[in-house]
Amino acid sequence: MRLIFEKSRQGISQSILPSLDVPKYKFAPQLQRKTAPRLPQVTENDLSRHYSQLARRSYGVNTGFYPLGSCTMKYNPKIDEEIAALSGFAAIHPLQPPRTVQGCMQALEQTSRLLCEICGMDEMTFQPSAGAHGEFTGMMLIKAYHRSRGDFDRTKIIVPDSAHGTNPASAAMNGFSIVNVPSSADGCVDIEALKSVLGDDVAGLMLTNPNTMGLFDKNILQITQLVHDAGGLNYYDGANLNAIMGVVRPGDMGFDVIHLNLHKTFATPHGGGGPGSGPVGCKKILADFLPSPVLYHTCCALDFAAPPQSIGKVRAFWGNFSVIIKALTYLLTLGGEGIKQAAQIAVLNANYLKSLLADDYDLAVPGICMHEFVLSLERLKKETGISALDIAKGLLDCGVHPPTIYFPLIVHEALMIEPTETESKETLDEAAACFLKLYRLAYDDAQILHNSPLTTPIHRPDDVSAARNPRLKYQF
Amino acid sequence: MGNYIATTASEQEDMLAKIGVSSIDELYGMVPQQLLVDKLALPEGLSEIEVRAAMEDLAAKNTVFNIIFRGAGAYDHYIPAIVKQIAAKEEFVTAYTPYQAEISQGILQAIFEYQTMICELTGMDVANASAYDGASAAAEAATMCRDKKHNRVCIAATCHPDTIETVKTYCFAADCEFLIIDAVDGLTDAAALETIAEDTACLIVQQPNFYGLIEDAAALADKIHQKGGKLVLSCNPIALGLLSSPAEVGADIAVGEGQPLGLPLSFGGPYLGYMACKNSLMRSLPGRIVGETTDADEQRAFVLTLQAREQHIKREKALSSICSNQALCALTAAVYLAVVGSSGLREVAEQSAAKAHYLAARLCAIDGFELVYKGEFFNEFVATTPISAEKLLLELEKAGILGGYPLSNNTILWCATEKNSKADIDHLIALTERAVSQCD
Repeated sequence: MRLIFEKSRQGISQSILPSLDVPKYKFAPQLQRKTAPRLPQVTENDLSRHYSQLARRSYGVNTGFYPLGSCTMKYNPKIDEEIAALSGFAAIHPLQPPRTVQGCMQALEQTSRLLCEICGMDEMTFQPSAGAHGEFTGMMLIKAYHRSRGDFDRTKIIVPDSAHGTNPASAAMNGFSIVNVPSSADGCVDIEALKSVLGDDVAGLMLTNPNTMGLFDKNILQITQLVHDAGGLNYYDGANLNAIMGVVRPGDMGFDVIHLNLHKTFATPHGGGGPGSGPVGCKKILADFLPSPVLYHTCCALDFAAPPQSIGKVRAFWGNFSVIIKALTYLLTLGGEGIKQAAQIAVLNANYLKSLLADDYDLAVPGICMHEFVLSLERLKKETGISALDIAKGLLDCGVHPPTIYFPLIVHEALMIEPTETESKETLDEAAACFLKLYRLAYDDAQILHNSPLTTPIHRPDDVSAARNPRLKYQF
Repeated sequence: MGNYIATTASEQEDMLAKIGVSSIDELYGMVPQQLLVDKLALPEGLSEIEVRAAMEDLAAKNTVFNIIFRGAGAYDHYIPAIVKQIAAKEEFVTAYTPYQAEISQGILQAIFEYQTMICELTGMDVANASAYDGASAAAEAATMCRDKKHNRVCIAATCHPDTIETVKTYCFAADCEFLIIDAVDGLTDAAALETIAEDTACLIVQQPNFYGLIEDAAALADKIHQKGGKLVLSCNPIALGLLSSPAEVGADIAVGEGQPLGLPLSFGGPYLGYMACKNSLMRSLPGRIVGETTDADEQRAFVLTLQAREQHIKREKALSSICSNQALCALTAAVYLAVVGSSGLREVAEQSAAKAHYLAARLCAIDGFELVYKGEFFNEFVATTPISAEKLLLELEKAGILGGYPLSNNTILWCATEKNSKADIDHLIALTERAVSQCD
């Protein structure tokens, strides 16, 4: 497909601006740019068709089933979009006087209260703009906490080898060194391995529970207690909260700080890569360190103020506000019962889909899972040469978005499947039929799978040459 | 109450039977019993009509200003209708990061086009798919410049206060020295750079700066390069339609807040951090990058590339943990830039500057209003006020106008864009004259 630059024609102009009604201001030539940026010149109709074409070559939750493990690709309600677009939210300048933005502040406060209740936390900041930004912020709270106590020797963060890559990266951005602990075969924390690395140089532990194998770590209370006993704090990666919201709370499990992914658990759309929102909740002991500002009540209104020992700001203004509005709309729609039911059905759907696949595919761990499960295609690959990547590409021809592949790293040829609660039984049955068809195809006619996908706008791209000879912009 | 669940009660029974358990509670068997919560203190769910009413009530508690003369990091530019329409397409809105290239060519191409436009605006060689916002992009750029031998980050005092705060926070995290370079007459003091040591990683400068003034970025680039550091220039992208590009003045990394390119004010977010750099820094650039390649049939194809830089490969050795970015905001900015085109962007810049200069001239014709700084400015300027800023702004507010941003009780940072008509400005002047005369 042609690029927008290749559709550009000299002499096309827009009719958006009125004529200038004040005297023109002339800048000295040395302040002006020497060459004009080569932006496309296209008609509105050209543009409309260009992006319609691009939309047809994209795949969203609205297009079809999207069981991308760890990403919680649930349906994004339309009412949430309409509410966020209300001028009373969308047209508000971030630096308006507080008395003119009480609605925005109340929305933030209300969302904070609801999310803290769901997580068992005391305070929350909405500044972090995505999950990894939340991790970065949460890790900094832990750093600031230890330093405020004069404890400069806690330089290590414990991260299981099954963790999301953002975990060690976010901790390292805070100057921590990473202690990777091996997981036991089921992805749960190996208690003995944990004990062996705990000491007075440990700042904390980063964990997601349910873990990336889709299992709830039954030893969670012992794990968080061991870290606390060693003087460390516990960080909860909220990527997998959809399994447990309304059922069990990270705060009750012994976690001190948590980030949420509003764009996963709370149904705000992911926009093809963002914007997300990664609010960070914490227990009282960390509240004084939260990013500046936080909300507080004056006699009769809400206002912003810096917490006493704030780490500072992690971005400008107050966060990805309209994403938070969408999440609040979702929270109010579901209410307490709906939140719990969403988690329960997410777990039911995952177990049901798993039960449909378990006779043929190998599970990474047997038994009941939470909201997602992991298949290992190691045996299939050995017997047929068909890899996790091949099955993923085969699914594209079935009209199904593939699961997460090659993650968690502790499983060979992993497929990580998360159906979410918003899919019907029929969708799950159809998807299972696709998975099973591909499994048989691996034995019957592996070549077809090696060549897949066949029905998509392009076939398999050459990633190697893309990285070797980077072409990262259009060559005019 | 809605929950968007798609199975019926009887289907759920069938599913439980297939799994081989008798209840959903059984699925949570591995959760320690004492942790199970009975009922959270959350409100009852609401119907769509009820939730709309509740949220509209909240929105109604905010004051919507139809006429805005305030910028300070968030700008009220006109958003063409087609920008909103395209940015609302479900296929873009509801997709995840384009990991599966074969079914994500649309989003990948849109980002590739965005990267190209950012390179054109900045004059740089390579752009990423976006960072969270302008402030965090500046902080990420500083990280790109740091190494074991260069562990000091300098930032001009004339940058947006939130940018300064954000960079400072990232420096605290990284245990890196942080230094603010003072200003003289509202402009970064090049002489102050003489005294900094040779092991400086970078200098971050905003263009136009927080006070609206145009910095002598070329001179600052020379100075910081002499010290072995890099220049990170944070530019208002609208100004780049008219004023010197970061590459033209010798910057090594260009970043900035992309909000003026078609994104609503939305109380501060989501916005768009754009980031671009010279080829030599390409492999240090954080975040997603889309590249062009071919597929098995030699067709043009786009993929996420240079992933060896990123957290999911490098884990703790990655320079940044960024994963989700602001992709839809980047797509929106690309649509905006395609709508206005090069001459249109220049026109937006020229009109914004012209309106701001007209506003400044009219305002400073009133006794007691004076420009605080003498330097050349773009579409923002700081002026004194003879009456308290709070009082003046309140008078404007009564007339439905959001006046400039008060920097102190007698100085205000004013802003104008192409949206402010001469009639709006004249009205503002009349109201201001009246407010002043009432205080005499």
